[in-house]
Amino acid sequence: MSDSPMTQPFPFAVVPPQTFAAVPSSQRAQMLALQSREMRKTILQTIAHAGLGHIGGDLSVIDILATLFFAVLRVDPDHPQAPDRDRFILSKGHCAVSLYTVLARAGFIPGAWLADFAKPMSPLSGHPNRNKVPGVESCTGPLGHGLPVGVGCAIAARMSGASWRTFVVLGDGELQEGSNWEAAMAAGHRHLSNLVAVIDRNRLQMGARTEDTNGLEPLADKWRAFGWAVMEVDGHDHEALYQAFTAAPDGKPRCVIANTVKGKGVSFMEDRAEWHHKVPNAGQLEQAIVELSK
Amino acid sequence: MKDGASSHDSQMFDCRVAFADELTHLARENEKIVAVCNDSVGSSNLGAFQKEFPDRLINVGIAEQNMIGVSAGLSNGGFIPFVCAATPFLTGRALEQIKADIAYSGYPVVLCGMSPGLAYGELGPTHHSVEDLPWLRAIAGLTLIVPADPTQTRDAVRWAATANVPVFLRIGRTKVPEVTPRGMPLRVGQADQLRDGSDVTVIATGVMVARALAAAEALAKIGIKARIINMSTVQPIDKETIIRAARETGRIVTVEEAVVRGGLGSAVAEVVVQEHPVPMRLLGVTDFAPTGNVEFLLDYFKLNSDGIVGAAIDLMRR
Repeated sequence: MSDSPMTQPFPFAVVPPQTFAAVPSSQRAQMLALQSREMRKTILQTIAHAGLGHIGGDLSVIDILATLFFAVLRVDPDHPQAPDRDRFILSKGHCAVSLYTVLARAGFIPGAWLADFAKPMSPLSGHPNRNKVPGVESCTGPLGHGLPVGVGCAIAARMSGASWRTFVVLGDGELQEGSNWEAAMAAGHRHLSNLVAVIDRNRLQMGARTEDTNGLEPLADKWRAFGWAVMEVDGHDHEALYQAFTAAPDGKPRCVIANTVKGKGVSFMEDRAEWHHKVPNAGQLEQAIVELSK
Repeated sequence: MKDGASSHDSQMFDCRVAFADELTHLARENEKIVAVCNDSVGSSNLGAFQKEFPDRLINVGIAEQNMIGVSAGLSNGGFIPFVCAATPFLTGRALEQIKADIAYSGYPVVLCGMSPGLAYGELGPTHHSVEDLPWLRAIAGLTLIVPADPTQTRDAVRWAATANVPVFLRIGRTKVPEVTPRGMPLRVGQADQLRDGSDVTVIATGVMVARALAAAEALAKIGIKARIINMSTVQPIDKETIIRAARETGRIVTVEEAVVRGGLGSAVAEVVVQEHPVPMRLLGVTDFAPTGNVEFLLDYFKLNSDGIVGAAIDLMRR
């Protein structure tokens, strides 16, 4: 992989998990925003180079991932299978590039792997594989799979008397899958306060707006009715995300509805359904990088 | 002789009883073993397990997709889940979860399909599980075991608990006699030859093994020597035993309590046509079943001694 022409664009330094957990909140938000900005560039370059990827959702979810990996999750790239690690599951597995990007930056995988994303025999497939990529807990991709697995993790932690927590990031469109509500019902019934579901609420699914397709609202009420504590935050406000992810448990599973913008950070991609999995051409990539470098 | 099994051994068993007893026994030795079910404590015979280990029985309610995902998560968290549910709902309802969350993710979850085949008789084809073998056989990385009797059921449960791979156990409700010779352990991936013969081989699985043995007795009376193979592991299949049977007997009948499209018969045929082609007859369920109890339905689809004898004679006349 080292001979790939795209190895060079990813020379970033590793930022270990929880690097910004202990810093003052004013600095934390700034530092996380810097990580997000650099990772947005990596996402764009990776997708442009590979010629495929789900760019809009990658850009909407990356602030959530930056906050989790660099300030919240107790995970260790040197011991990715440590029994007492926090579990992180990206249920919206099609946004694998955002996950690979944060895993590379956090030191779970070499940055050079990104240059071979989706190439023949690459460990980085279009959807994440837990047997090939350290830091991946479940092979997601088909929608509505992550939360049930997360519920099982949360039950396991409770049965073990362990303090590790489980975080599942879901797309909003995938909430149309019934399996999520089976899992939501079970988590509410069992008062799994060690479980956090984060909804990347960018309001767009592949074909159109969620509310024009199979409406989710009133979304917060739905989760409350299933026995969850619900917090709604700006999904691009790192400090708001941090506070939501670290708030003291209150005897219920927590749903953080993170209001986001699909394609966030690139003017011509923002809130545009066609950028669900469109690939930028050279000119568009250059413009996007310029915008993110301002 | 309609029900060959009854002539082989007078004592008949529900394999769910042996399954639950062995699971409870193992749970005493290994605190990581948990049972997961979908409101199926009774139908999976888990009452005793629940009484002894109430905290280790995770009943997710009637929600099979969540049940499989939860099991993957429990495995991720260090437990050994035995997922116990009626086979049609365990497999058909949650097939994508079995593929992605268990097999592709590689979580060593033990899927325990209860009351498979035509066991639910009068409840009809919605409750029959005759498609599960082809469905699951299509998924890579999943070991499929169909125990033929209580002895094999216990062996399979013990093996699965430590195998560290995704497993499907097909646990019969239809009563069967013991067919495993005393002292013959279940060897996963290896078929058991229960009777030698040189004219035709009958390869059977699960409920059908006892019936195949009865058919061999009937065939012997008319001078046909039938070899009887218990193919308790359907995936990965024992190619060597199949090739040897094809070479040495020249004719093969397969018989299973499942559809003939894609299950045991197809698995055997895939080996035979590529390695040593010989004439075959595939016996199994051929359509959605009419109304009737399980014994009626097994006879209806000729999944009995007479049906096996007829198929063997048909091959001999070719």
